[in-house]
Parts: sequence; C-alpha cells; structure tokens
Amino acid sequence: MSAPPIVEMKGISISFPGVKALDRVDFRLFPGEVHALMGENGAGKSTLIKALTGVYTIDEGEVRIDGTPRRLGGTADAQAAGVSTVYQEVNLCTNISIGENVMLGHETRGPLGINWRDTHRRASEVLEKVGLGELDPRLPLSTLSIALQQLVAISRATVTDSTVLILDEPTSSLDANEVENLFTVIRSLRDEGVAILFVSHFLDQVYAISDRMTVLRNGTFQGEFMTADIDQATLIATMVGKEMKALDSLERASSRREVDRSGAPVYRAEGLGRKGSLEPTDITLHAGEVLGIAGLLGSGRTELARLVYGADKPEEGTVRLEDAEAQIASPSQALAARIAYASENRRDEGIIRDLSVRENLILAVQAKRGWARPIPAQEKNALVEKYMNALNVRPADPDRPISNLSGGNQQKVLLGRWLATRPDVLILDEPTRGIDIGAKTEIMEEVIALADEGVAVVFISSELDEVVRLSDRVMVLKDRRKLTELLAGDSLTSDTIIATIAEESAPEDPGSLEPAGTGASS
Amino acid sequence: MSTDATSRTSMLRTLLHRPYFWGLIAIALLLAVNSLKDPSYLAIGYNANTGSLVGNVIDILRAAAPIAMISVGMCLVIATAGIDLSVGSLMAVAGAVSMELLASAGGSAGAALAALGLALLLGAVLGAVNAVLISVVGLQPFISTLVMMLAGRGLAKVITGGQNTAASNETFRWIANGYVLGLPVVFLLAVLIVIAVGLLVRRSALGLMIEAIGMDPRAARLAGVNRRGLLFAVYIASGALAAVAGIFASASVMTVDVSNTGYQLEMDAILAVVIGGTSLAGGKFNITGAAIGALLIATLDKTVVFLGISSSATPAFKAIVIIALCLLQSQRVRDLFRARRAKTAPVTSDAPKEAVAA
Amino acid sequence: MSAAITTPPAAPTVSRLERLRQQLLSRADSLPTAAALVIFVLMLAYGEIAYGRIFQLSTVSNLFINNAHLIILAVGLTFVIISGGIDLSVGAIIALSSVCGVILANAGWNAGLVILVMILIGSTIGLVSGVLIQYFDVQPFIATLAMMFLGRGLASMLSTVPVRLDEASGILLLGTKIKLIDGPKVNDLVITPGVLIALLVVAAAFIILHRTRTGRTVYAIGGSEHSASLMGLAVVRTKLFIYVASGTLAGIAAVVYTARLGSAQNITGIGWELDAIAAAVIGGTLLTGGFGYVLGAVVGALVLGLMNVLITRDGSIPPEATTIITGGILLIFVLLQRAVISRQRE
Repeated sequence: MSAPPIVEMKGISISFPGVKALDRVDFRLFPGEVHALMGENGAGKSTLIKALTGVYTIDEGEVRIDGTPRRLGGTADAQAAGVSTVYQEVNLCTNISIGENVMLGHETRGPLGINWRDTHRRASEVLEKVGLGELDPRLPLSTLSIALQQLVAISRATVTDSTVLILDEPTSSLDANEVENLFTVIRSLRDEGVAILFVSHFLDQVYAISDRMTVLRNGTFQGEFMTADIDQATLIATMVGKEMKALDSLERASSRREVDRSGAPVYRAEGLGRKGSLEPTDITLHAGEVLGIAGLLGSGRTELARLVYGADKPEEGTVRLEDAEAQIASPSQALAARIAYASENRRDEGIIRDLSVRENLILAVQAKRGWARPIPAQEKNALVEKYMNALNVRPADPDRPISNLSGGNQQKVLLGRWLATRPDVLILDEPTRGIDIGAKTEIMEEVIALADEGVAVVFISSELDEVVRLSDRVMVLKDRRKLTELLAGDSLTSDTIIATIAEESAPEDPGSLEPAGTGASS
Repeated sequence: MSTDATSRTSMLRTLLHRPYFWGLIAIALLLAVNSLKDPSYLAIGYNANTGSLVGNVIDILRAAAPIAMISVGMCLVIATAGIDLSVGSLMAVAGAVSMELLASAGGSAGAALAALGLALLLGAVLGAVNAVLISVVGLQPFISTLVMMLAGRGLAKVITGGQNTAASNETFRWIANGYVLGLPVVFLLAVLIVIAVGLLVRRSALGLMIEAIGMDPRAARLAGVNRRGLLFAVYIASGALAAVAGIFASASVMTVDVSNTGYQLEMDAILAVVIGGTSLAGGKFNITGAAIGALLIATLDKTVVFLGISSSATPAFKAIVIIALCLLQSQRVRDLFRARRAKTAPVTSDAPKEAVAA
Repeated sequence: MSAAITTPPAAPTVSRLERLRQQLLSRADSLPTAAALVIFVLMLAYGEIAYGRIFQLSTVSNLFINNAHLIILAVGLTFVIISGGIDLSVGAIIALSSVCGVILANAGWNAGLVILVMILIGSTIGLVSGVLIQYFDVQPFIATLAMMFLGRGLASMLSTVPVRLDEASGILLLGTKIKLIDGPKVNDLVITPGVLIALLVVAAAFIILHRTRTGRTVYAIGGSEHSASLMGLAVVRTKLFIYVASGTLAGIAAVVYTARLGSAQNITGIGWELDAIAAAVIGGTLLTGGFGYVLGAVVGALVLGLMNVLITRDGSIPPEATTIITGGILLIFVLLQRAVISRQRE
C-alpha cells in the first residue's frame, strides 16, 4: 500500500458518563481497500464510526482526512469531507420514491423547479452502478426489500463522489445471494479507488470481502492485520479476549458439583422460533444448572433469550414448565411463571434512568404483585437493603437516581431487581459487558451462588472464558440456529468453542434463506 | 453559625427544590399586586346569615376547585407521556347530562345523586373510549383526545338540544355554593379528592408504575409492568375527574353553557401540571404541584379581572407562562445555566463523579 | 468461500403480476384522498337528490367563496402535518390578525400596508413557534398551543366586541364578487379576489412541495427526521420554514376572511385549526407525517364546507351535531389511514 492513508485517526478517546467508549484508538484507511472493523458488542465499533462521521465529538485525538486535520461537527461536515455512511438501519425515507432517495439534495433543477424527468434519469444512472438500473426510480422506496434499500443507500453515497464509504452492518438482513450482489458492488467501488470501511459480525463475509482489518475490544485497539495473515480462530480470540485476571479468583463452577438432570426440567421448549430472528430451537433448563450460551453477535443468542422470556412473542414451539404445558407470550406472564430476564441493553431496556436505585430494584417485584398490593415500607427497605448488601452496590444510597451509578453498579441493581422476584429461571444477557473487573467477579460469584441455591441460570456472554468458567453446559449458536450443546469438562475450553464456531462454515446458510424483507423487524 | 440557622436554611432549601416552589411564589406575588391596588384585597369577612367566610381569597379557592380536578387527571395522563385534550369538553358533557336529568327529575336529593352518578359514569366511559383509541388501536394520545374534544362538545349540545339547560335542585346547588365550617363545600371536596387521588397513587404502586411507563416504556414492559391497564386507569380517571369538574362548574350557576362550560380549560389543566413541576415528556409527576398550579391559574384569572383587564385576555398571560416554563425545561437553556455554573464553581460539578467512584 | 457471482442482481426481475401488486400497494397511501373525492361526489349527489339546487353555479361559487380561508389554512396545515408536526395556532392568528387589521384600517392606514401587517403577524407567530420547536425541543402541539393562547389573548386585549371595517376600506375590494358567467336568475358563477388568492396559494404550495428541494425536504422530514439529517438535508431551515409558512398562510386567510365579512372579532376562528387539520387529514395527509397532498386538502376543505351546506339545507340535523360529525369524520379517516399503513407493512 504505497499511497498515503485517506483517513488517519490517532489516539481517539471518547467518554460517556460512566463509560470510556474509546480509549486511545488508532485507525487508518487506505484508498482502494476494503477495511473491516471487528469487535464484539460494546467494543467501540459504532462509536469509532460516529466519531468519523461527526455524530460524536471526540475528547482526545486527531482525525486527518486526506492529510488535513479535521474537526467534524456533523454529518454534513463529514459528507463535505467525502465521507458517506450507510447505516445498519437503512437511513432513507421510505415514504418517497427510490429515485428521490438517491438524489435528495442533489436534484436537477430547471426554471420550473426540480426537473423530475432528468432527476430520475440521473438516479437511474447511479442505480445502474450498483446493478439496479432496471428499477423504476419512481416507485416508492417502501416497495423494495431491505436488501435493495441497502443498495439504494449505497448508490446515494456515490452521487456525492465520496472517497470514503462506511458500511455499518450492511449484510445483517440479507440472504446469501443478496450478500454476493452487495459484494460485487463493493468490489467495483473499491476498484474505482473508494476506501471502504466494512463492519459486519459475519466472519465468513469479512474474510470474503476485506483486505485488512482493525480489531477493537472494550474500547481499546487490539491490532491491525492483513486479512490474509490472520486465521479465524486467532481473530475470534483477539476479539473476545481472555480476561484471566477477573476469573482467577473463581473456581470453575462445574468442577465443584454435579448437576442432577434426571428430574423434570424447570423449563423446556421445543422448536421455539420466530421468523427472521431464530430458527426453531430446543432448549432445556435444569434446576441448579448454569447453561452458557456461546455465539458471536447476531448468532441468535439474545433472540433466544427474548423468546424464552416472552419479550418477543414466539411464533412457534411448545413450552413446558416442570412438565406442564405453558404459554409465555409477554414479560408479565414470564415473571408470573418465575422466569426473569436481564436484557443486554442495560441503558434502554434495563434501568429506568430517572427512577431511584430503590425504585429500580423493586419495580419487577411490584409489577408481579400488581399495583393494588404495594410492598409494605418495611419489607421494601429490607428487600432493598438485602440485595444492595448482597451485591455490594456502591454508593449504598438507595435514594440516589440510578443514572448516577457506574455501569457495574447499575448492573448489580438490575441483577437485584430480578433476584428479588425469586425466579426459578434467570436469564442474564451480557451481564458483564462494559463493567469493571471487580463488579464482573462479583456478578459471576453471584451466578454460581444462585445455581447452588437451585436456580436455573442462563448465562450469555461474548467473553467465552466467562462462559466456560461458569457453565455446566454450553449451547453454541451461529447464524440464528443451534449448532450443538457441549457438557462442561476438562475438554471444554474457549478454544474448543471457537473451533466449533469457526469450523462450521455455512455457505448454504439456512438461517438467512428467508425471503428478503422479513428481517425488517429490527 | 448556630444549628438553628442551618436547619432553617436547609428547610428553605428543600422547599426551594420542590417543583411547585415557584408556583407558590407566583401566587404570593399576584396577591401582593392585588393588595397594592386595594389594601383590603386579602381581607376575609364573616357572613352570619350563610355561616360563611367571604372575601376575594375565598372566591379564588372556589374558582380553583374545578381546575384542580382536571389538573390532577391531566397530571396522571401526562405522567404516562400522554395528553388529554378532551377534559374541557367532558366537563360540558357532565354538566349537560346532570342538568338535563335534574331539569326533568326535579329537586329531590335522590335526583341530585342520580345526576352525580350519571355524570361520573359518562365521564369515565368517554375516558375509556380515549384509552381504547390510544392503547388498543394505537393512535397518538393527542389526536385521539382531540377527536374526543370535538365529539364531546357536540355530544353536550346534543344532550341539551343546543340549549343552555338550567335546573333547580338544592342538594346539587349546595355542592358548589354551600359552606361547611365557613369554607366553600366545593373547595373542601376538591381538597379531599386531591388528597384521595394523591394517597391512592402514592400509597399503592400506581404512581411508580405510571412513572415507569412514562419514562421508559420498553424497560417498564420488560420489568413486567402492564402498560395497557395503566393507560385505561389514567384516562378513565381523567374522564371521571373532568366530570367532577363539570359538576362543580354547572352546580355553581345551576346552568350548563354547552359552548362555554369548560371551554379551553384543557389548556389550563396542562399549564397547571407544568407549573406543578411535571414534565410534558412524562415520567415524574407531582399531584400537589398540579393542585398548586390550579390555584395559581385561578389566582391569575381573578387578578386579571381585578386589574380591569378583559377576562378574555387571560390566555395571553397563560401563554407567556407556558413559554417561560417550556424554555426552562429545555435542554438548551439548562445547558446554558449549567455552563455558567460550571464556570463559576468548577469544584461542585465534579462532586457527583467522585461520589460514584468512592 | 464461494466465488463471487458475476451476474447482475436479480432484483428487478419480478413478475408482471407482482409489479402490478406493488404499484397498487404504492398507491395505497393515496387511497384516503380518493375516498375523500368519492365522498365529496356522493355528498353532491345526495344533496342534489334530497334537497335540489346543489349542482348549480351559485352553490359551487358560494362553496368556494365561503371556504376560501379554510382552503388556505388547510394548505398550511398540510405542510406542517406532512413534516410530522402540528399547528394549533392558526385560528388564533386569524383572530389577532383580523382584529388588528380592521383597527389599523379604521385608523386610516393604507389598505396595502394593513394587509402586509396582517400577513406579517401570522409569519411572526409562526416563526416563534418554529424557534420554540426547533431550538428548544418544545413539542409542536405545546408550542403552537401557547401561540394559540397568546394570539387569542392579544386579540382580546385589542377588542372584545366585533369591529367593522369602514365601507370605503380598500380591503373590502378583495371580497368583491365578480360575475364570470351570468346564469339564469341568481345562478351565476361568481368569484372573489379572495378565492383567486386561495387558488394561487394552492398552486404555489403545489409547486413548492413538488418542485423544490425545500418541499421535498418537508416530505423527507416527515418520513424520518433522523434520516433526513443524516442525509445532510437542511432540516433546521426547513422546519422553521414550515411553521413560518403555516403562520403566514393563516395571516393571508385572515385577510381573505376579513375582506369577505367586513368585520372582525376576538372570537373569530375558534376551532378553525381543527377544521383545517380535519380538511388536511380527510384529503389524505397522514397525521403521522410523510404523506400528503395539497390538492387533497382542498377536497377536504370542500367536503367540510359542503357538509355545512347540507346540514343547513336539511334542517332536521341539529346544527350542534356538526362538531360530532366533524370529529367522527376525522376519526374515521385517521382509522382508515392506520388500516392502510398496517396493510402496507405486512
């Protein structure tokens, strides 16, 4: 790569209240290359993109575009600097025509205002470049599948003669053919000299399209690699990390006890599924067992948890609780059936920012009891005190707004919220993400203690070492379906899980053979 | 510094942090202005014939009663991040149905009770219709209640056949014009209802759940909170309270003016709620604040008339208050204040961070 | 890894049937407009059969003359609603602007100047609404509600009794009836400059919405304000423009209305914001934003106007039921829109 980089970011740091989203991250992008940005959820990929597109202002560091230092104040600034972005949730307007979406802001104008004939003709030309030349640009965008909308968004980026094109998870709702079409377009743009930043959680696709990659983890830079030089297993290991320090104090859970799987399972679902989010999947949970769910982002791990909890309504499958047929179609039904779920999205689906720690903690118990049976003050205080002490919430002031707490302490309060409902089944989705090591260890110790008390715990984490340490059994998911289940034992290590995921290359990906457009649920 | 002084300042500080503090100041200010014009404005006399206290302040309390009713209902609705524009029209409906019933059923106490019951029932039913449109059909609260506002006003006119029906019934009249312990019944009733609603939502878990769905519907749903049921509860409550307000308003003159009873009072209610420190974005609400807001509006109404300005000009003053409050609530203005405070005292702004780290 | 497929995307090869279905689907959003047109024709037919003297030039002329102001208001609301907002202040703007105008005219001001002031009053109030909404994150309906109060209150400070324009005032020229076709008896095709202004407003709005970047940005904002700003469109400027335009049009409507009536009062225009919203919605403008037609708003305004004519002619429908009917129609159309949208989403 002899040409100088078109984008050069050095020592970029961005903080949000309570979190350091990016910590002195370096990144460079060369013209005529496809560069993949890799990392798990919360690694800082989208923060880095938003720093480059001017959505976030950076606290520290420098951005150079084409050699000149830039202060990007917004999307318009970035576009003026030649940086265009196509986001995962296609940012077009479905209420207007395809051609207009391509040309909006760049229409041909004549004496009578916009010349629609010419505008649509030019739109057709631009669409031709991404292989959509035959499309009638006068049809509304809403008539197109998400896949085609994605291509329309890319063709919009080419109208502005961008030198840098950022594609944020462009393939998350495309099927295999559509992905190939997209790749054809990406390659031809690359050959024209456009620098393309490609973000995807599908490893196979990253290997198919990218020339170079940068890996982030927990907001830090892990390295820049030529794609040809790094194999899948090494990449996954770099992405998920091996945070041994946090785990040293923990004994391996499974080595300490035997799980009795002979009785009726606490929870058993057969063929639990929902179009566009999860293939029919069987899942069985036993009392006193920690079931780990391993899989990369987008593998269906969160989708499975949400279906079990009724946060999304299952479209198929039967559920049995202690061998009795049951129907769980909403969170309140799940709570009544003593199932609790801590969402991975702590900010939007977990804490209620403006409520106090106390109120956040008792909310689920209260919802379960109903409005007319308020928890007596004494009992409430005892409950709050119990869980704040047990989980070591700091600061120990229940009347403080929860938004004042650090991420780890917020997570502990949420864990307390679900524990207070005395669940038989507790699903923890990424409970250790974005929190400090001390809180991490405390939460994992709590998980083991719960299992010892007889709770069936489902533990989802992208930190494979954590999954291995805690779980008695591990379910491995990929591409929205279950690959296998592995029993804990000396042979189960994070490397075996990585190998399972990496080996299972699925060109005939059954998870995405759905007709286009059904993935629009996101 | 003596401990006495510090405890007094801390008491003052808690009061200062009450959201309705500025509402109380504004009431005091308006009363002061009126006293300047007429030093005897605040004087309260005793009328031995009716066994009642008389005076401008008593008039204000009386006028505040119906506004307080709809404000309390509106407060609950706004806490769920909704709005109820139909309360004014529902007042007219309640007034119309009770006047029609009394006009035909006569002056017995039983008739008065029946009128009360019917009005409350109708208010609750129309509130439930709002709730269906919002939580089942999924329309925006603003548009659903706007339709109800149009239709309700029409319904009131249809009930009375377009007439401003008058009736006579001493029991019913007593609600608005009677006195107990020298105070107007209508005021005492309003206080009782405000306290009852306040206790109901704060002693039960309703308040917490209403705030939860208003602040963050997604997180609240995952915590098992039943949004639909709560929406039904608040819109029915708002409808029933509007009916109470309608009864108050029509009982005072024993006439319903189908075009003017409750006209534009939804605006007063929204204003009272905002004055009381409840954000229009939903979430944390304050029933006491809403009641004080209603009192402020009643004071403002009376002041404008007392100062000889046409009563129809009061909306302009209310508008200025709304705009000022919205500006104070806006992020931009808050940031401006915060920036200024941070500049003068950089140490205090870091304090919470340290506390978290500790 | 499978090799790259070199064939072009297979997307456009949909069957002819599928394309037809798509086209029908894509037109589904104009269904409410079509429904409004059908309803208008049915109402005309019903009126003709039941009461007679509907299909004639004088009735049609009066329909336009009496509803010119409503058409102008509905056009303004169409802009606002397409962008996903709302403007409740237009009725109060009419009150303030017309009372102010009449007082100034009677004080001897030049008619042209008075008209300019009347229009600028609307623009100013619209600008304040826009600033509150755009820069201070006030919800549109609260901001414009405040402006409604302010306008109504200021109008009441100026006068609480009807004020009459001098017979000689130049403003009244805008209300002069011009006979275009001299029909038998009084059955003439009549037009006023006010109606012409309304038609000009409709034409101008049509051109702005369909032929300018500002107009297209209005639609984009209604589709998704977030997307529009990520696309680098002038969202801030356009949103201010929308509210200023709505206010200005309310000012123009005040001129037209005052010219026709020759008097003004502080209670003029109460509830007209709702009529204008109803007209826009009946005409196919989606209350949630993103879809809408200026011409639809005209049809909507005429439907409401015709409804009043029919109710008057009928005599058996109590006039007090009018608001119920308006509310009912509004509800039906909102529900119709919801049904169409959920059908499209499938």
